[in-house]
Amino acid sequence: MNRPLPPANGGCRTAPILKERGQREVFCGLTGIIWLHRKMQDAFFLVVGSRTCAHLLQSAAGVMIFAEPRFGTAILEEQDLAGMADAHVELDREVERLLSRRPDIRQLFLVGSCPSEVIKIDLARAAERLSQVHAPHVRVLNYSGSGIETTFTEGEDACLASMVPVLKDTKERELLVVGALPDVVEDQMVSLLTDMGIGPIRLLPARRIDDTTAVGENTVFALTQPFLGDTHAALERRGARHLAAPFPFGDEGTTAWLRAIAVEFGVSEETFEAVTAAPRARARKAIAQAAEALRCKSVFFFPDSQLEIPLARFLTRECGMTAVEVGSPYIHDALHGPDLDLLPAGPQISEGQDVDKQLERARVARPDLTVCGLGLANPLEAEGLSTKWAIELVFTPVHFYEQAGDLAGLFSRPLRRKSVLQLEAAE
Amino acid sequence: MKLTVWTYEGPPHVGAMRVATAMKGLHYVLHAPQGDTYADLLFTMIERRNLRPPVSYTTFQARDLGADTATLFKASCQDAVDRFDPQASIVGAACTAELIQDDPAGLAETMGLSSPVIPLELPSYSRKENFGADETFYQIVRSLAQPQDRTPRVTCNILGPTALGFRARDDVEELTGLLSEMGINVNVVAPLNATPADIARLPAAHFNVLLSPETGEAAARFLEKNYDQPYTKVVPIGVGATRDFITEVVAITGQSAAIDESRLRLPWWSKSVDSTYLTGKRVFIFGDGTHVAAHARIARDEMGFEVVGIGCYNREMARPIRALAKDYGVEALITDDYLEVEAAIERLSPEMILGTQMERHIGKRLGIPCAVISAPVHVQDFPARYSPQVGFEGANVIFDTLIHPLVMGLEEHLLTMFRDDFEFHDAAGPSHHGGHSPLPDQDASGGSLPTKMKDEAAPDNVIWLSDAERELKKIPFFVRGKARRNTENFALEKGLQEISLDTLYEAKAHYAR
Repeated sequence: MNRPLPPANGGCRTAPILKERGQREVFCGLTGIIWLHRKMQDAFFLVVGSRTCAHLLQSAAGVMIFAEPRFGTAILEEQDLAGMADAHVELDREVERLLSRRPDIRQLFLVGSCPSEVIKIDLARAAERLSQVHAPHVRVLNYSGSGIETTFTEGEDACLASMVPVLKDTKERELLVVGALPDVVEDQMVSLLTDMGIGPIRLLPARRIDDTTAVGENTVFALTQPFLGDTHAALERRGARHLAAPFPFGDEGTTAWLRAIAVEFGVSEETFEAVTAAPRARARKAIAQAAEALRCKSVFFFPDSQLEIPLARFLTRECGMTAVEVGSPYIHDALHGPDLDLLPAGPQISEGQDVDKQLERARVARPDLTVCGLGLANPLEAEGLSTKWAIELVFTPVHFYEQAGDLAGLFSRPLRRKSVLQLEAAE
Repeated sequence: MKLTVWTYEGPPHVGAMRVATAMKGLHYVLHAPQGDTYADLLFTMIERRNLRPPVSYTTFQARDLGADTATLFKASCQDAVDRFDPQASIVGAACTAELIQDDPAGLAETMGLSSPVIPLELPSYSRKENFGADETFYQIVRSLAQPQDRTPRVTCNILGPTALGFRARDDVEELTGLLSEMGINVNVVAPLNATPADIARLPAAHFNVLLSPETGEAAARFLEKNYDQPYTKVVPIGVGATRDFITEVVAITGQSAAIDESRLRLPWWSKSVDSTYLTGKRVFIFGDGTHVAAHARIARDEMGFEVVGIGCYNREMARPIRALAKDYGVEALITDDYLEVEAAIERLSPEMILGTQMERHIGKRLGIPCAVISAPVHVQDFPARYSPQVGFEGANVIFDTLIHPLVMGLEEHLLTMFRDDFEFHDAAGPSHHGGHSPLPDQDASGGSLPTKMKDEAAPDNVIWLSDAERELKKIPFFVRGKARRNTENFALEKGLQEISLDTLYEAKAHYAR
């Protein structure tokens, strides 16, 4: 019982995918630093890049996090490009200066950008060298958040994937939960699983480096975010096994996600029910309230965070919406398959983007709600379409039961707002 | 390589976007990787623009690098012209594309596009946003302006206002009104709301009003040199500057002007007794060169503040700001490193900051009120109401802006009288700020303050005796930091090991103005 039933008309897993290649209205992977640096409290993210990278980081957050943030950009200057200065010497100097000023930093990520990738600054070599200099106090890793390689949330994927090779080995049969969640949500998740008798639960990323996350061939792992393809592959290379499941959005997604783990760890049906019944009931009630405004409305997803497919599944199955188009920057069958199975057939599934063509499709479809990036939202509102900023879905706690109502609320608020505003002149 | 946390200016192609987005009928084809589209949201979110910026990004990826990014650029160019049918296009490279050296200018030239294409060379690794805007506008003017007869009546152009400019929308309106009162019609405003066809008409005006030197000076110089159009040097921000501007325009046109000053309220507001408390308030001024220069004059001559420091983040204005600082007997701070600005503010401990959004945050941290006077902009800098900076209405707006963060005149006295009252204690902050006023010992940005900033610890070799410490707490918070520092400096100078009640008052007498 309580297993999600596939839709009567078949799911979307085998639906043809419209693959597009053109202008993409998305952030690059550097953006992930905005939430990763809050999550990992002893980490500093040093982007090796240009003024554009620094400007992106301060603009993408919308507000400045002025309590000195644990990220910064080492801006390449003319002399670095002309080879007049040895980039590695310069980098060593900046890192030295940074670490002496911030003794609280225990892990440093050197983050590659478009310019550093194009001029081929070997950050892996730099990380290795700096690790030796600053060990054991500071661990230095590197990954690329460049726009030429990563789209928005892929930055988190690249970051977590860079941590997998340095995780300790373990032979223990352990559950590893992967994906950066707000602490409050993570605590809820851990307590649900703990109440089912599952443990120890290891987390990636851990809040601090000293935590005991390890991996090995007896590790099973669950992903909380649908954009962790490279991390998934890196963990499998370490022998860990993925528990495929729909992502934990809404009542149904959360239950299916928890169930995949419960089944793996032999949790009885009674225990599962006992632990989940109350929060499920709360989630259903909260969703029902928030979803009233969403019933029978249509939704159009522009590609942004790779959360689109699981969210479309939630909105169609639990909030009564109809999906017109579900665009995702990338679609991985291993990750998105279970959600595609449940998403009722009908919407155009699209991968990649040619933004002007996609805007034309949205204008023809005139959906009741359009989920898109900040660059498109106001222009579409001005054309009379209601929009939801996709970035809020990444910055707001939306996973698991207790946030299911909030998640529905994020989508219903623009529609409610439209209905309460009385701004047109009387006829 | 330089470590940067927050920047005052974006890269130069964002400056080019400010020009392109301000204009109509112009399209910008930008050779750039995925992700550089973030800049769109500056315009759609911060400025609440209801149209996408007219920018096509080529969006190249790693796999294109080995292959053919040049073809991708040409395809984007052709697409943009077909789809948007612009009167003219500008083409250029963002920072990464500059490295792969595809030469967008040369590529676009070979394509035989139906409308003019203006190539941009914006060095991303040495220049910044204001340069990008100034250079882009100059290139557009250079390419499109056409020789022609002057208009029969005296007209001028207004040069410099761009998208994301600080109050550009309202400044254009106020300035147009002021000029109209002087009997001068505006021929073209550019780049804001101008089309390429309007740019072609620039030489018909008799002279140019340079509203934003940061973004319009190169074009103004070009038009002066090639079309014999003089341009105004005074930016009319503040009462004195507006009067000087009027004089300057009269000198250029030879037409006398009787300007109605009945709407100008700043002088009386400043003379009225409630403003007495503004006298000698120590202010630190930082922002773009133009706004800093204007506000230094307003602060000293029109508000009666004491200017304790000035500076700007745009190096292009370093020379005039240094000269101005000399006039004011202070040192100029020319830097784009906000940590240096923060250190200078901490050292000078002003009672108020006139700055940018960065300084507003610094002020929050240090418990110093701040009024925002300059870009870089924030969504708050685009108010729905009319709030120009230039002209007489601009002066009125600025008066309000500068006193808003402060405790009001009478209120300041009441705070001193009732400082031990449970609901009127000095940490309550200005009453018109509700629960949101920055408290001196609280970091409004949410993080925790480094302990040294809280109530700065005395130097190791000076000890505050308890009676002096108690007395210090009775001093209103907005001057307490200064009193503490002055007293400690006084003690150090006198070689005292301890600060007693007497030391405190001796120091007070010593520093009395």
